[in-house]
Amino acid sequence: MDRRNFIKLGTAAGVGAMVLPVSGIAISAEQMLDKPMDVAFKKKLADIALNTAKAAGASYADARIGRYLNQFVTTRETNVDNIVNTESAGIGIRVIANGTWGFASTSIMTPDSIAETAKKAVAVAKANSKFQTSPVKLAPVKGVGDVSWQTPITKNAMEVPIKEKVDLLLSVNDAAMSNGANFITSVLFLVNEQKYFASTDGSYIDQDVHRLWAPFFATAVGPEGFKQRTGLGNPVGMGFEYLDGKEEDKIKITGANVGYNKSYDIIEDAAAAGKQLKAKLKAKSVEPGKYDLVLDPAHLMLTIHESVGHPLELDRVLGYEANFAGTSFATLDKWKSGKFQYGSDIVNLFADKTQVGSLGHVEYDDEGVKTKQWDLVKDGILVNYQATRDQVHMIDQNESHGCCYSQSWRDVQFQRMPNVSLKPNEKDISAEDVIKDVEKGIYIAGRGSFSIDQQRYNFQFGGQLFYEIKDGKIVDQIEDVAYQSNTQEFWNSCVQMAGKSDYRLGGSFFDGKGQPSQVSAVSHGCPTTRFNNINVINTARNV
Amino acid sequence: MTILSEQKAKALLSKVIAFSKADECECNLDGTLGGNIRYARNTVSTAGEESDLVLAVQSTFGKRTGVATINEFDDASLQKVVKRSEELAKLAPENDEHMPVFGKQKYVESKTYFKSTADVTPEFRAQAAEDSIVPSKKNKLVASGFLEETVGFSAIMNNKGLFAYNQATDVDFSVTIRTEDGKGSGWATRNYSDVNLLDTAEASKIAITKSKNSVDAKAMEPGKYTVILEPAASVGLLGNMVNNFGQRSADEGRSFLSYKPKEGEDPEKAPKNRLGEKMFDERVNIYTDPQHPIAPTAPFEGNGYPRKRTDWIKNGKVVNMPNSPYWAKKTGVDYIPGGGNIIMDGGNESLEDMIKNTRRGILVTRLWYIRSLDPQTLLYTGLTRDGTFYIENGKIKYPIKNFRFNESPIVMLNNIEALGEPQRINGNMIPPMKVRDFTFSSLSDAV
Repeated sequence: MDRRNFIKLGTAAGVGAMVLPVSGIAISAEQMLDKPMDVAFKKKLADIALNTAKAAGASYADARIGRYLNQFVTTRETNVDNIVNTESAGIGIRVIANGTWGFASTSIMTPDSIAETAKKAVAVAKANSKFQTSPVKLAPVKGVGDVSWQTPITKNAMEVPIKEKVDLLLSVNDAAMSNGANFITSVLFLVNEQKYFASTDGSYIDQDVHRLWAPFFATAVGPEGFKQRTGLGNPVGMGFEYLDGKEEDKIKITGANVGYNKSYDIIEDAAAAGKQLKAKLKAKSVEPGKYDLVLDPAHLMLTIHESVGHPLELDRVLGYEANFAGTSFATLDKWKSGKFQYGSDIVNLFADKTQVGSLGHVEYDDEGVKTKQWDLVKDGILVNYQATRDQVHMIDQNESHGCCYSQSWRDVQFQRMPNVSLKPNEKDISAEDVIKDVEKGIYIAGRGSFSIDQQRYNFQFGGQLFYEIKDGKIVDQIEDVAYQSNTQEFWNSCVQMAGKSDYRLGGSFFDGKGQPSQVSAVSHGCPTTRFNNINVINTARNV
Repeated sequence: MTILSEQKAKALLSKVIAFSKADECECNLDGTLGGNIRYARNTVSTAGEESDLVLAVQSTFGKRTGVATINEFDDASLQKVVKRSEELAKLAPENDEHMPVFGKQKYVESKTYFKSTADVTPEFRAQAAEDSIVPSKKNKLVASGFLEETVGFSAIMNNKGLFAYNQATDVDFSVTIRTEDGKGSGWATRNYSDVNLLDTAEASKIAITKSKNSVDAKAMEPGKYTVILEPAASVGLLGNMVNNFGQRSADEGRSFLSYKPKEGEDPEKAPKNRLGEKMFDERVNIYTDPQHPIAPTAPFEGNGYPRKRTDWIKNGKVVNMPNSPYWAKKTGVDYIPGGGNIIMDGGNESLEDMIKNTRRGILVTRLWYIRSLDPQTLLYTGLTRDGTFYIENGKIKYPIKNFRFNESPIVMLNNIEALGEPQRINGNMIPPMKVRDFTFSSLSDAV
């Protein structure tokens, strides 16, 4: 028997291989492991799902065939702790029947199994329809036929030899430890989502998505106690080229840190971390009180994530997340008024899933909607939310925002945060220009402790590096800083930001939401920005 | 089918091991089968069933190790995953901290599987949603909630004779009930291995009462207050503390359990950690126990080493600190794995008794968004949520606005006034606690 004419896929019970004849194209499990599944074959499998769902009574169906590859390399001081490759493949089928969503997934990608899973999704929808108070209403999407897209990368991180990765991380550890750190863990997280989306709208979308994150966590111990400093690089939607650390991508803040734009010099940052850790051990503790804060992009990105990204998720606003992450202070009446002053009039926040290099960058979302950019806060006023196909009608719009995502083939897709970013100053001033007008302030770099309430009013954020600003100059490294504020008050105290040359993307690699919980990766762009008169507390305490 | 019997798991893993050419080969096979229902705005939003079976293969040559995982199980895939882990191992540099895998082990009897939970049906899940939605509608309230039950198995085998197998069931239920105007919110959660212990109607009733009673909350000045922390309110802080109990980070000087030499004391001769020190109120007893009748865990760790009851804090004293096989060997102590649950002894007082015995205090339903502020003092921040009430002269007087807290579990466990009857929460057993001088640092408008 010629194996090319047969598909050889395992049974999930793992009790042995099952050989099933498939008409037309066949693929071996071995081939599937080595490279993405043939697109024509994926189309065939997806059509089985869509046709079965329709025949079972679905008015709409989509199928996501996914192969999710991860590689993690973890090192600790001079040792490699672990090198892990993970791989997961399967199909998730979502349907609308009786006006209600249903979903089912399977890792067994045989025609029979797919058809059975499609029927199960329809059965789930029908069973749930007895609770449905109003039927699902989808914003229209025109089928796009057969299309494909890949994250624009120049070096596929999965193809970089393990030795190169290990050598890089061990050099990072060495740089930190020869400059003052006593301990360090450094990690490479590589993600490749090979996902194929098909829907009864007539779309067959093949996307190859790449993401990378190279964090480190360094610690210095002294008679004073111990201090920690994490890397200032960002998770990105890029290949290994992000770690090239080009000079033109460095933004130097005199007396403080180096910020990284489109590439990251992780060894330089680790060496700086070692020196800064030594300074942190001896740094003076902050005097609590009101300060003007100047926040660098690698810090402010998470403030944006927590105080803008999450409260403007429409499902939160409507109450769908009430039992888990919470609801939102940015209620529909505030939006409808057209006058809700989210921030000062220089604050412009926008959503965008098309930003090159960002974690959220794709051509189509996980329900086949072409991605785009749109305003959330314009000239300080709340103007829009983040919504999916079944939500936009609730805010009187008829075009989905394209922010539907699922962490894998196994889980149902739902509304996830797109990249949410702060527009830079039209005048292209530098970060140091922002600092120079501050009389009494604190400059904060890097992400630290972040905590915010379930409606996103009250927050308390820390950082990695803190520098006292006196009369326009960075003077001393200080410690034990956290600022407490209220989202609306905070954004209304925004008085200045740097321009486009200082604009950088930061990101969150593992943002959690939903029940069962799913992670997603999202970026936030911003320039160095100033906020006046913010309450700073001292986090040191004797116990 | 993703739940393999012991026999089938053994057969599959034996086949994988047979493909191995490595000095050491250890495989973890984990299968889950679960169902869930999620509801919000008084209607079901999503429901589904999920299953997966994942094989992880760890291969070692000398001191070089690589791991690969896969969720396909034909022979070609099994061979491929073994080969992949071996390739990774050969490419990996030597790990000086590598420790050999364990040989054959003996385990205590597992208490983690309940057929009742494995038999949960979609109708049962729908009933749970109905138990919240129907009374909520009747009371002009809005229910949202989530029920998820899982049955899972874990099997471990290596080429040195170790084989371990365990099946476990778990059911999680949580419900948030809010007033239509969003001015009140109540919450309850339940978590069991045996679904027969779950009463979704009773939990919903508590959330309804808290929701109605939390409307028009008054603002109180932030400061230090006596608090009554329900188990859901203290479990996060306790969990963070136990996660920081490790011997290695303490020995390395980067933990709240690191020993700080006294003036004049030779740091070389001084102990490295605070093992044996009385750091907490003497009523504090915290341990792990795989055979706890209400909150059992698997009888083995992820590396196949047997779990047994282990005390962490006894009468306020630190009596054990978990470590790794490598660190245990390096420091000449026994290997003490971390365990899978936190069991804290309590007292006999009911929550009602605690309230009755409080002159002035605050009842906290739960704490939310807990983040570390200072690992040296285990200072954490976070907020109260879904039911915060002022107590005066033994009675709940009125609801109060939510607070942000900045507090350390070390302080919390030193300021204990009373302990109630432990309840299962997130797989642990935690008593309600009455604690004096708990620090609230600011107010939140969130409901």
